[in-house]
Amino acid sequence: MKYELVSLDKLLPGQKAIVSHLTKSGPMRRRLQDIGLTENTAVECEGRSPGGDPAAYLIKSALIALRDEDSRDVLVKIKREE
Amino acid sequence: MGLSRSSTGAELVKEHKQNDNACVIALAGNPNVGKSTVFNLLTGLNQHTGNWPGKTVSNARGKCRSINREYELVDIPGTYSLLAQSEEERIARDFICFGGEEAVLLVCDAVCLERNMNLLIQAAEASKKLLVCVNLMDEAKRKGIKLDLERLSELLNLPVIGISAKKKSSRDVILAALDKVAEDRPQDEYEVEYPAEIENAIQSLKDQVQKISGGKLRTRWLCLKLLEGDSEIIKQANEYLNGELEKAEELLYAAHTEREKLIEQGIDSEKFQDMIATSISKRAAELARAAVSHEQGAYSTRDRKIDKLLTGKLVGYPLMLLLLLLVFYITIAGANYPSQLLSTALFALEEKIRLLLTSLNAPWWFTGLLVDGVYRVLAWVVSVMLPPMAIFFPLFTLLEDAGYLPRVAYNLDNPFHKCKACGKQALTMCMGFGCNAAGVIGCRIIDSERERLLAILTNSFVPCNGRFPMLITVMTMFFTGTVIGGASNFLSALMLTAFIVLSVVFSFLATKLLSSTLLKGKPSSFVLEMPPYRRPNIAQVIVRSIFDRTLFVLGRAVAVAAPAGAVIWLMAHVHIYGESLISIFANFLDPLGKFMGLDGVILIAFILGFPANEIVLPIMLMAYTAAGSLTEPGTIMEIKEILLQNGWSWITALCTMLFSLFHWPCSTTVLTIKKETGSRKWTLLSAILPTIAGFICCSLAAALARLITA
Repeated sequence: MKYELVSLDKLLPGQKAIVSHLTKSGPMRRRLQDIGLTENTAVECEGRSPGGDPAAYLIKSALIALRDEDSRDVLVKIKREE
Repeated sequence: MGLSRSSTGAELVKEHKQNDNACVIALAGNPNVGKSTVFNLLTGLNQHTGNWPGKTVSNARGKCRSINREYELVDIPGTYSLLAQSEEERIARDFICFGGEEAVLLVCDAVCLERNMNLLIQAAEASKKLLVCVNLMDEAKRKGIKLDLERLSELLNLPVIGISAKKKSSRDVILAALDKVAEDRPQDEYEVEYPAEIENAIQSLKDQVQKISGGKLRTRWLCLKLLEGDSEIIKQANEYLNGELEKAEELLYAAHTEREKLIEQGIDSEKFQDMIATSISKRAAELARAAVSHEQGAYSTRDRKIDKLLTGKLVGYPLMLLLLLLVFYITIAGANYPSQLLSTALFALEEKIRLLLTSLNAPWWFTGLLVDGVYRVLAWVVSVMLPPMAIFFPLFTLLEDAGYLPRVAYNLDNPFHKCKACGKQALTMCMGFGCNAAGVIGCRIIDSERERLLAILTNSFVPCNGRFPMLITVMTMFFTGTVIGGASNFLSALMLTAFIVLSVVFSFLATKLLSSTLLKGKPSSFVLEMPPYRRPNIAQVIVRSIFDRTLFVLGRAVAVAAPAGAVIWLMAHVHIYGESLISIFANFLDPLGKFMGLDGVILIAFILGFPANEIVLPIMLMAYTAAGSLTEPGTIMEIKEILLQNGWSWITALCTMLFSLFHWPCSTTVLTIKKETGSRKWTLLSAILPTIAGFICCSLAAALARLITA
């Protein structure tokens, strides 16, 4: 199985991925970890708000809205269609 | 009760403890886990939490009794973590860490238990008596999630109970478990395994820490804080230990050395915090794997469908407007009849009181002051305010309980982001529709200080419930009331919605203005949890919205309306050189008023209405009728007559409505802003900003109208 590493904001609605690592340090890193974005957690993009940003993600059974500029710092693995 | 940063957990416990026999229990948990439901279950519905839309904004307190013990429950703000960032999280952290011998009741959500583990583990590390209460077991069962709470209890070495807070029987389960925790000695320390470097550092501080804290604070936890160099917590721990910590030079030196050692190994304070967070979430995942056996999507297909609609690209915004329109339509249409009924009844009573006073030979000024002054304004406030409020608040609470408000924040985050503000400002704005003071307190949910100030300063741009009745009355009289039949209600609702949209637009403009001038800065992060849609409990909605909100707001309005009625009556009847005080003031303000499309009396009414917006219209009418004709205010069209006699036109009506949207906040809101910002400068600005907006709007509207009609 091949994986591709992309940032979370690139996920399309309905697409699933696994968290690889966070690239930002500081309080935001902590905030993202608090909501469950740690290594090997599954995430799924559920949709985007009418304005296009933020997007809603399903993380550990909860629906969480994140702005693109924040989710850009989360790198996730998606399965690559061969 | 307001909580400030300075109040530590220990002080909070002392503050809350009114009875020495009572054991103080802190009710903690993530947001949206049903903490408030548990609180209501334990304390009974007659304990009103005073909880405003969306959040527990100040710590609600309540008493409850088991067979042999008495408890004081404190509902502390929901938080994801004890690594506090926002004001609310700080309050929660202080309570859990410095609560001492008192117990913490940690409420978790059975549907997504793993998410709750992060807080659970941190609380277990820091507190001495912890009871884990897994709520929403019924919902988890429905969703096919199996939980092994015994296994969880074993792994945590802590008591764990499973409940459904909506069921009455859960009360006994919680109380029995609480009794046991309260009687037992403090629990053993819960240990999370950290990377070897950190464990070694803890080992070398452990003995000294134990000696100094004497078991008052958790040893490993305090070691970690010393190693992290978290000065705020260390300061509080020192106060909690009566200054023993700062005297322990040897320990402080050792902590310093260990910190240096860690840095040598490449672990600076950021890396340190990171390692701790990672270790905790690793442990959380392990616990969840052991205790949760079958977790499928908690985000159901039904919720997914509703979200597709309510937050959809095309229909998201129109549906939001439509819902707003619907709420106003029901409010206006439903309030008409009861309003008239109340008004007729209260004014019939006025005659009775007058007759009674006359038969008792009361002096004319006494009757005047009491009946024409105090009673009439009171009757006005009650008959005009009560019905729309009693309809609007439950409708609003219904939307809130169903889980719609976070979606509003989600939908509106984009425009707020463009104003360099936080999307949660949409939530505090919604709270502002209920009460601006509540909206201002609600701003505590915003993490960044700059964004919090933006939300506080612009909150009173949206009209609160106290301003709706006047808006509705004036627009019915001059714009929509002439249309016959049911269409008039619909038109009123439409016009009110337009005014609300205008106020929201102004709120955005003010935010944008502030964020590009006085409050420059980068937008901070935005993390918003959207809870599953839940069917609201109608009985609870009604009880909460009527008792907590409607009666509270009405009570406040009545309390200020009575003296205001007396003041205005005196102003109308105290004469200086043959002219009443009110006409002296009105004449003085008249040029300014006229320039803004208003008149002197309207301005006076707004100034005297500073204690509460609800009394502006009654004061206006009092001033008009006391000065001239003594027509009794009755139906809405009779009021219109009075206004017309005093030179009102549709322009006056329009400008009055605009000024009602944009002027200084009421005194309660101003005091709240002062308390929340701790600054006179910002408080002053929060009053000046909407006033300037109102002045410009009214003057422009008046000038334009003069052009058209000329």
